[in-house]
Amino acid sequence: MTSSLDDTAFAPWKKADAVPLIRFEGVTKRYGDFTAIDNIDLNIYEREFFALLGPSGCGKTTLMRMLAGFEDASEGAITIAGQNMKGVPPNRRAVNMMFQSYALFPHLTVYDNIAFGLKRSDMPKSEIAGRVEEMLRLVQLGKFARRKPHQISGGQRQRVALARALAKGPKLLLLDEPLGALDKKLRQQTQFELMDIQEKTGTTFVIVTHDQEEAMTVASRIAVMDHGRLVQVDTPDRIYEAPNSVYVADFVGDIDIIRGHVAAVDGDIAEIVWAEGKPPLRGTAAPGLSAGGPGALAIRPEKITISKDDPGAVHNKVRGKVEDIAYLGSMSTYVVLLPDGVRLKCQMANVRRISRRGIAWEDDVWLSWTDTAGIVLPE
Amino acid sequence: MLARRVLIGVPYLWLLVLFLVPFGIVLKIALSDYALSIPPYTPTMDFSQGWSGVKRFFAALDLENFWFLSEDDLYWKAYLSSLRIALISTFLTLLAGFPIAYAMARAPQEWRPALMMLVILPFWTSFLIRVYAWMGILSNEGFLNQALMGLGVIGTPLTLLNTDIAVYIGIVYTYLPFMILPVYATLERMDESLLEAAEDLGCSRLSAFWSVTFPLARPGMVAGCFLVFIPALGEFVIPSLLGGSGTLMIGKVLWEEFFANRDWPVASAVAIVLLLLLIVPIILFQRNEQKQREANR
Repeated sequence: MTSSLDDTAFAPWKKADAVPLIRFEGVTKRYGDFTAIDNIDLNIYEREFFALLGPSGCGKTTLMRMLAGFEDASEGAITIAGQNMKGVPPNRRAVNMMFQSYALFPHLTVYDNIAFGLKRSDMPKSEIAGRVEEMLRLVQLGKFARRKPHQISGGQRQRVALARALAKGPKLLLLDEPLGALDKKLRQQTQFELMDIQEKTGTTFVIVTHDQEEAMTVASRIAVMDHGRLVQVDTPDRIYEAPNSVYVADFVGDIDIIRGHVAAVDGDIAEIVWAEGKPPLRGTAAPGLSAGGPGALAIRPEKITISKDDPGAVHNKVRGKVEDIAYLGSMSTYVVLLPDGVRLKCQMANVRRISRRGIAWEDDVWLSWTDTAGIVLPE
Repeated sequence: MLARRVLIGVPYLWLLVLFLVPFGIVLKIALSDYALSIPPYTPTMDFSQGWSGVKRFFAALDLENFWFLSEDDLYWKAYLSSLRIALISTFLTLLAGFPIAYAMARAPQEWRPALMMLVILPFWTSFLIRVYAWMGILSNEGFLNQALMGLGVIGTPLTLLNTDIAVYIGIVYTYLPFMILPVYATLERMDESLLEAAEDLGCSRLSAFWSVTFPLARPGMVAGCFLVFIPALGEFVIPSLLGGSGTLMIGKVLWEEFFANRDWPVASAVAIVLLLLLIVPIILFQRNEQKQREANR
């Protein structure tokens, strides 16, 4: 889970005078009674690698198809580079899309697939061959130019689809679950290739994915969606470290949720009462949190420390019994059952050899974390 | 091992009994001479005379009937005319069948089985009855003329029955399902996102059709054309019931040679030549199927 893009160098969304490439203004999309997109406002800037993240049916694909021109908004306006896109068909947009199924033309060779869009543009015939060669080099498929799609591997097909979508040099490239069909190892490798290509071409990428790890890896910003609404739009590290709701916290990565009642909010720190007769737990207060309502403390498993001895003078410590240990090589995950029935996951790096670890099943242990490690969210 | 051989042997046995043996008999008759006897040709194999009888039998076989076919221009005219009618009606079937198959493939998923059923439904009625029905529709006092005159479109009845037009209508009607089904199969399998991709890359709806849908449907169209062309070439019932005296088709000639003239050897020779003519499109058809299978792997 790395955010390799340097946020201080590239953050147009923080600049007040930056003009967004794409602007959604009060966009709603309905199919009969069903509202797929519910009153969305969103700006996406040039050269961004923007991820739309959410479970299936959350509206992310609809949002993307509206950018491609396959769907029209029921209400609101979508502008791309200052032009209102209402009624503009897909073939008249400087937008290209990489399809989830790749949608390579089975009757055409790799070369002709990539040349397909160029042949239908105003590019002079003499320049097409050069452009296709350039694209083939970009995705390292020069040797396969004469093959048909069914004669190459899934990973190669994915790259042909990417090259075809990039060939016309679109202002905006849409990627619909581009890596969904690849196995895990190839997917990770391709994620870095994608970022590389995005940087090289300087194209704005909008990617749709349900894989939070993928979104975290590639994106400069992520929009987490649920039921046609944007829940949070932020950089990957903020989404991970400072989720604005239990939904986002739960969707992105592993998280422990302790539900309770917000007892007090003091500046950045909030206290939450979670069990009878136990001292309240502390966490960073989410923006806009006020005392008195129901809330939840969300904390990442890797921020919890597990020990057999009482950690001493910290606010956040709980006792429990080790219920399960999952050994993952570089780290281990402990599932600890608290007396009240709450289960917490805790992740520890295996810096020592396994024989010297000293925590076993059924052991009574202490879990502890710092005041700012968790975040208290309203519910 | 034995079970496998038996299993492989079944289709070969089938081919031997139902194709090669009858073909051998027809070929033998084609090489024989006409005779006023039962059966109406000579020679016949006479095993009672032993080896010399067999030798005499083979000595009496000759290609005379095939020479006769090339001398009398009726035959090659009939072949050419059949070829022309089969080609034109195949083309017309394609013109009528493609839009139907296309509409079926784009119809909502839940309608498709019903539409498929409608295409196959005519097979539930006897072919002969359906052709007779067309006689009733196309004749001078038939439904079509009555309807057109009733609507005031025409003043005098159109002469349709017993013309080549009636033959075309009959062939297109009869073989339409053979065109629709393979074309539908290829169109239905087509990934809809291919069309979206084409539009995304700059095609209008129409040019997306020509540059994606049409080439992808080609194997189905080729298969459909062969499935119509091959039987249409030797068609007998439709030209004899709907066609006129001027409609010359080899199937009809064959029938007359066999039943009216009772000249079995010449009729057999006509059949052999027809078969040879059909081998070319059949081989082409098989190659098309093979290619499609490989492409789908």
